[in-house]
Amino acid sequence: MIIQIMVIVIVLTLLGFFIRNTLNNLELLGREAGYGFLFTPSNYDINQHLIEYNSRSTHLRATIVGLINTGLVAICGIVLATIIGFVAGVLRLSSNFLINRIVYAFVEFSRNVPVLLWILLWHGVMVHSLPHPKQAVTIADVSFLTNRGFYVPKPLLEPMFWWVAVALVIGIAGAAMFARYSQKRQEATGQRYPVIWINSAVIIVLPLLAYWMAGSPATLEMPVFKGFNFQGGLVLTPEFLALTLALAVYTGAFIAEIVRAGILAVSHGQTEAAYALGLKSNWTMRLVILPQALRVIVPPMISQYLNLTKNSSLAIAVGYMDVVATIGGISLNQTGRALECMSIVLSIYLCISLLISAFMNWYNKKISLVER
Amino acid sequence: MKISKYLSIVLAVLALGVTGVSSAGTLDDVKERGHLQCGINTGLTGFAFTDDAGNWQGFDVALCQAVAAAVFGDASAVKYTNLTGKTRFEALKAGEVDMLSRNTTWTYSRDVDLKLTFLGVNYYDGQGFIVPASLGVSSATELEGASVCIQTGTTTELNLADFFRSNNMNYEPVPIETNEEARNSYLAGRCDVYTTDRSGLAATRASLDDPENHVVLPEIISKEPLGPLVRHGDDEWGDIVRWALNVLIIAEEKGITKDNVRAMAAETQKDAELNRMFGTEGEYGAMLGLSADWVVNVLAAVGNYGEIFEQYLGVNTDIGLARGVNALWTDGGLIYAPPYR
Repeated sequence: MIIQIMVIVIVLTLLGFFIRNTLNNLELLGREAGYGFLFTPSNYDINQHLIEYNSRSTHLRATIVGLINTGLVAICGIVLATIIGFVAGVLRLSSNFLINRIVYAFVEFSRNVPVLLWILLWHGVMVHSLPHPKQAVTIADVSFLTNRGFYVPKPLLEPMFWWVAVALVIGIAGAAMFARYSQKRQEATGQRYPVIWINSAVIIVLPLLAYWMAGSPATLEMPVFKGFNFQGGLVLTPEFLALTLALAVYTGAFIAEIVRAGILAVSHGQTEAAYALGLKSNWTMRLVILPQALRVIVPPMISQYLNLTKNSSLAIAVGYMDVVATIGGISLNQTGRALECMSIVLSIYLCISLLISAFMNWYNKKISLVER
Repeated sequence: MKISKYLSIVLAVLALGVTGVSSAGTLDDVKERGHLQCGINTGLTGFAFTDDAGNWQGFDVALCQAVAAAVFGDASAVKYTNLTGKTRFEALKAGEVDMLSRNTTWTYSRDVDLKLTFLGVNYYDGQGFIVPASLGVSSATELEGASVCIQTGTTTELNLADFFRSNNMNYEPVPIETNEEARNSYLAGRCDVYTTDRSGLAATRASLDDPENHVVLPEIISKEPLGPLVRHGDDEWGDIVRWALNVLIIAEEKGITKDNVRAMAAETQKDAELNRMFGTEGEYGAMLGLSADWVVNVLAAVGNYGEIFEQYLGVNTDIGLARGVNALWTDGGLIYAPPYR
């Protein structure tokens, strides 16, 4: 006890010492810490902004633009990494020797090279091997692959499109209710509806119906080559693609091993018992093995998701304008407010990580073993 | 008993905090260390580059050497730290380097808000654009919709945004960390245009395999006075760097060169300013805390401003920059130093 108190006192003292010293030094330099600069114009442009932004916008807005870009990479990366991880993890257990070895090689290659090198490699390959916009590789004349990005048609939504969104929400809610009803019915009578098919149909057909009834309230803006670049459409820059793919593949390799470990952790007796009950092999996987494996898989997955999100700060290496490159990079540089900018970046990452952690812990609790 | 012991430890730690850091003058620190720590570019042809023997050379590097010669009488007593546009000011403020000589633009906010002290201008520059000749562009106003490679953390980033906005043009900024990476991205065609200071563009163009296929556009979109700087409040040290630069300029004006400086210093000159510089009249060196013949050491080591310019940037080098506005004031340029009096 006394040692713990002592440690706390020492840590707090050191912290106080550093903060005091910093404030002192700033005062010696004649500067005071303050966040007022956040509301002054940033004066620089950002190539990828999902919200309205120009060089007259404030540093605060630049921060938000960066935050959204970070979020975009994190979400796309996590989704992709999870898909890659699960597929590779399951294939790694395949009894087919060739598949097994190929996936094994993929996993070892991906996770044993520092992720920064992967990012630089992907970026280098895209910028150096893909053609100039003038000689763009075209896919069905609507999408174009160039060394300045992947240009795809951009849907322009009209106000009526709102109804499609509503239909989608209703569809999902309906599907969830139907799934619960079907579950109850199965528990009561032992009979199952083909839930997956019915629900997929509901989720897809309802919005389509709404789209048709609202009079097709969306058009596509095609990318067109004009002057130096393709104009219009949606562009995925090489920086974004390199960062997302590198992070997804790298983290995916780790997830693959976690998934494999999780599945192997379920004793083979479970499979045999399921077969003895007459379950088909994919049902065995879905209803018996995976639910038990998930309990082992989820906790280490949390740290992989957190890693991916934090690794996205390597964006700076390829010039992707994430939160580190905007507020922690250019804003910091142009205003010289190193302490303030870094404190903002720090708190942002802390908040994102805590949020992911909280969500995953909730999910973990939900699927964990309920003892009766 | 025990608790009081812990408390005393805590108090000791606290006491340490109160003492803080006291620092003697930078000149004393440098002398004690035995070498100068100079912050330079990560690599820019003409301004800071390594020669075949692996030694740093260049227009900016020469100023570091001049200061080292002023303090130690030995131009090689310098340790170079390569700094990017982003790390340079923090490195200077943290005391990692004693001075910056790294084509840094003198601006109001850097001077006033960042608390840096600029000591003069050793190169008057302006921001320009370089494009492949095959694009057929002859003016920066034709760059609507272009992708522009730019070194992040520099004033050029802000000038670029202003230029395109005031001309109502769109562009895609492609931020890149160093000049070398920017050059690679430009060559790979990630961007149509590379923008930086025109001296930097000339240097970059000179380093290409086919300089004739790239053109520097005529527009100069900003004023970029480049010069050395030190920490704010480091006045005595700042004076040394300022006057190391000034004597280079005065020497060119007075016709003192690397080769004739020792001979000229050996005899009394009619021009009293020369005698003051050579330390044969008055106590001018001592006022800076330097030796009486510090100017002789500087000039014998690096030569005068004009010599340095011709050696690293001039028309006979790969970069081939004309003196232009960087000619002496007596030749109609802007290079002018206060009198050594």
